[in-house]
Amino acid sequence: MDSLGSLIIYAILALAMVGFGIMAVVTRKILRAATYLLFTLFATAGVYFMLDYEFLGAVQIAVYAGGIVVLFVFSILLTTHPGDNSERLHSRRRTMGLIAAVAMLGVTAYALVSRCALLTTKLPYMENPDMHEIGGQLVGTAAGGSSSGLYLLPFEAISVLLLACIIGGVVVARKR
Amino acid sequence: MNELLNSIHITPLWYLIPSLLMFCAGVYGFLTRKNLIAMLISIELMLNAVDINFVVFNRYFFPHSMEGMFFTLFAIAIAAAETALAIAIIINIYRAVHNVDVTSVNEMKF
Repeated sequence: MDSLGSLIIYAILALAMVGFGIMAVVTRKILRAATYLLFTLFATAGVYFMLDYEFLGAVQIAVYAGGIVVLFVFSILLTTHPGDNSERLHSRRRTMGLIAAVAMLGVTAYALVSRCALLTTKLPYMENPDMHEIGGQLVGTAAGGSSSGLYLLPFEAISVLLLACIIGGVVVARKR
Repeated sequence: MNELLNSIHITPLWYLIPSLLMFCAGVYGFLTRKNLIAMLISIELMLNAVDINFVVFNRYFFPHSMEGMFFTLFAIAIAAAETALAIAIIINIYRAVHNVDVTSVNEMKF
C-alpha cells in the first residue's frame, strides 16, 4: 500500500499540474501564463521526486524552471507591455480548439483505459539511482559493465546541438 | 479506513491521466492562441507531459534500467535549445513587425 502522506502529495501534485496547465493556456495575461507554466514545471519536478528520480527532478528545476522560464519572462518583457490583455478569442476559434483537444482526450483516454490491465501494476521496488550509476550508464565514467556508456554519442550530439543553438541564437537575434 | 487505504495503490494510470490532461491543454493552447510566446508555452506543456510519460513507464515497468530517464534528460536539453532559438526568432520578428502575433507574420521577407 501507499502511505496516506504519499497519496496526499500525489493529489496536490496532480491537481497543481492539471490546474496550472489549464490556467496557463486560458489566461489572457501572457506574463501570468509564464508564471503558471513555472508552477506546472515545479509540480512535474515533484512527480519525478515521487518516482525516486531525484537527479531528474533537480535537472527539471534547474533547466526548465531556472532557465527556460527566465527566457520566457525576459522575452515577454521585451515584446509586450506587461499589463496588456491579449484580445478575446473568437468563439469559432475557441470551439475548434476545444473540439480538437476534447476529441484527442477522448481517443487517448479510451486507448489508455481499454488497456487498463497493463496499467494497474504496483510501484516496484527500485534502488534510487546515484550519480555514479547514472554517469556510468550515460557516458561510461564507471569502469566495467556491459551497458556503460551507451549514450555517449547522443550526449556528444546534444553538446554540439547546444553550441549550434547558442551561435544560431546570437546570429538570429543580434542587431543588424 | 485502514482496509480502504490498503486497497489503494498509485498505479501508472494515476500519472498518465494528469499528463494526458496537460497534453490536451497544450493542444488547445497551441490551436487557439495567437501570441507566438503563448504558443511556445503550450508547446512546453506538451513536451513536459510527454516527459512524464517516459519517466512513469520507465519506473513502473523497467525499474532496473534508466532508458526513460535518459530520454527525458535529452528531451529537456533539446527543449531548452529549441526554446532559446525560438525566442531569438520571436524577438527578431518583433523587431520587424512590432508585435508577436502569428497573424501579422505573413511575409517571409520584410
